[in-house]
Amino acid sequence: MSTIKIELRNEDVAKIKEICTSFKNDPQELINVLHSCQEHFGYLPAEVQEVVSGELGVPVAKVYGVVTFYSFFTMTPKGKHPISICLGTACYVRGAEKVLDEFKKELGLNVGQVTKDNKFSLSSLRCVGACGLAPVVLVGEKTYGRVAPDDVRNILKEYE
Amino acid sequence: METIKLTIDNKEVEVPNGTTIQKAAKKLGIDIPILCYMELKDMNIENKPGGCRICVVEVQKRRNLAPSCSTNCEEGMVVLTHTPRVLNARRTVMEFILSDHPKDCLVCAKSGNCELQSMAHRLGIRDIPGQEYAAMSTYRKDFSPSIIRDLDKCIMCRRCETMCNTVQTVGALSAVNRGFMAAVAPAFEQNLEFSTCTYCGQCVAVCPTGALTEVNHVPNVLRALADPTKTVIVQTAPAVRAALGEMFGMKPGTLVTGKMVTALRSLGFDYIFDTDFAADLTIMEEGTELLDRLNRHLKGDKTARMPILTSCCPGWVNFFEEYFPDLKEVPSTAKSPQQMFGAIAKTYFADKIKVDRKDLVVVSIMPCLAKKYECQREEFSTEGNRDVDFSISTRELGEFIKQANIDLNNLQEGEFDDPLGESTGAGVIFGTTGGVIEAAVRTAYELQTGKKLERLDFTELRGFEGVRSATIDFNGLPINIGIAHGLGNARKLLDDVRSGKSQFHAIEVMACPGGCIGGGGQPLHHGDSEIIKARAAAIYAEDKSKPIRKSHENPFIIKLYKEFLGKPNSEKAHHLLHTKYFDKKKKIIVKQ
Repeated sequence: MSTIKIELRNEDVAKIKEICTSFKNDPQELINVLHSCQEHFGYLPAEVQEVVSGELGVPVAKVYGVVTFYSFFTMTPKGKHPISICLGTACYVRGAEKVLDEFKKELGLNVGQVTKDNKFSLSSLRCVGACGLAPVVLVGEKTYGRVAPDDVRNILKEYE
Repeated sequence: METIKLTIDNKEVEVPNGTTIQKAAKKLGIDIPILCYMELKDMNIENKPGGCRICVVEVQKRRNLAPSCSTNCEEGMVVLTHTPRVLNARRTVMEFILSDHPKDCLVCAKSGNCELQSMAHRLGIRDIPGQEYAAMSTYRKDFSPSIIRDLDKCIMCRRCETMCNTVQTVGALSAVNRGFMAAVAPAFEQNLEFSTCTYCGQCVAVCPTGALTEVNHVPNVLRALADPTKTVIVQTAPAVRAALGEMFGMKPGTLVTGKMVTALRSLGFDYIFDTDFAADLTIMEEGTELLDRLNRHLKGDKTARMPILTSCCPGWVNFFEEYFPDLKEVPSTAKSPQQMFGAIAKTYFADKIKVDRKDLVVVSIMPCLAKKYECQREEFSTEGNRDVDFSISTRELGEFIKQANIDLNNLQEGEFDDPLGESTGAGVIFGTTGGVIEAAVRTAYELQTGKKLERLDFTELRGFEGVRSATIDFNGLPINIGIAHGLGNARKLLDDVRSGKSQFHAIEVMACPGGCIGGGGQPLHHGDSEIIKARAAAIYAEDKSKPIRKSHENPFIIKLYKEFLGKPNSEKAHHLLHTKYFDKKKKIIVKQ
């Protein structure tokens, strides 16, 4: 359930409308519209979904259904440095879960949360196609391979 | 039409191209079990997500079992419906569904009327392996004024979603999340109360399990009946008498008006009244308003907006307040019969029997779940005392009667009490689509033309098509009438009103398919529209049997105006019998 209540600015609404118009306000393009909106806002808060719903003529319940079905979409904002830990099979058997636990402990976060200063957010994903480097951690665009729980503190230090 | 031949269980069958295996099998008398699938034939609505997999069959030369509800027949297909492989798969599927389903069947609101329970029985499930360590989904319960959602009992058949989106175009419900978190929910998983829900209850009417049920107000009624300081009166909506019998094994379409009155008297109600009386009153108010607007419109008065829309249906009122708030001046301001009854009962009748309104409890028996919400609206109470205290559905009344050890089958016919129990045939037909406008025409014609109607059966207004129209000749003046039942159909007419294309003088809308007889609080018809048609026939039969069939000839209505209200649309009538509508559209907050 959405816990964040944001107020959209006029230019935000205009941006969403512009995105919808670029897809001809076609309800069939809902997923593409949501992709573009997430690209712009970083996440898909309820208020953005409401505007999309109005523009495409799709019930907001349906929009929310799509957002919660596809794991790529998120309703929580990402931090400045989004951290993703791969929990795909290869990474998992090589101890990715312990790495994840270490991140949780260091940042005091659960998966899907963001630090109070909006610096870090934590998420897990399935296979980035670099199984040879398992376990893999992504911070923003940067990839870290063969990460051990002991490395976690040093990785975080790089972003201080 | 192109046909194809196939064999099912070694029997040959020929069906039109595009027929599903399930339907072809039915033609052969083979009843493949179905669970998520639902068909509403007269509305051309099918719910076939192919999700539950109960209906799987073996198709030769196909590797996987095929869901028969959503697999089309092909030429030369060889289908087997009860091989060991099929039966085992079916059992496994059922066990999986049950493994994530609460085991409180004994006390579930749907017990005895649950399609999942019947299916488990039919498939002979006697054990749910592994349930002691299996995970279960948990979801909070959601209580709204009318409907309870208990999503732990949801099997994701998505019938409610089809009703809410495709039939009603309300869009309050959608499948959300995945895996154990999957559920059918309003946007952002808010409670129903904060969604676009109209409480029409069609989702409840089609839910196969106990996931969607009505809020039960029988305990409140029982408490009032047991309180010696209270005078408890009851009103029964027209559609109830045409369906209640079904709960006692009677054939659909059996009228139980008299027996129902006797049952209510045995339950202990002090006065048994009829919402039909208030329906006659509605016609006086709404009909007068229609003629006033029409005549002003004909004289060129631009403030007289056409068409006038009926306002008896609370689901419909909720719908236009949410989706068409810009048109909120268009519907008639007349309250619904339920609320007119409450307003008159707590003033006129309370004075008559010298009971303070606080000691008078008004109960309504309704085929409807939106009525529960309607009677809780703030504008329908005086100093916190509601005009209608509790509204219970036909289903709840049926259960209440059973709990009181009353067998409806063996009752004598009773009579409604005076003065709020007398009604005309026009009041009765309020229960079916087309009925309200037919009743209005019977009165409006005579008031407008000063002539006596030669025929009272306006068959051109009857029927089951979703959107209907007819032109009635008011002695040389053609009156265009539109009728819609089901909110999706209503939306079509409303879109035309909004764009100024509508040529109608009056439009009748009922939120539920078939009108009140197909209401969300009626005995479950499991998608069988023949049952709804039988109920409609019963309603028209009762109309025919009445000595008086025009609202303005109801002697107690005439008396009520003489003694109390003055004349229709008088100041007093306006104060008690009319209401206003609100803009309830959700607004997006935009920061400047």
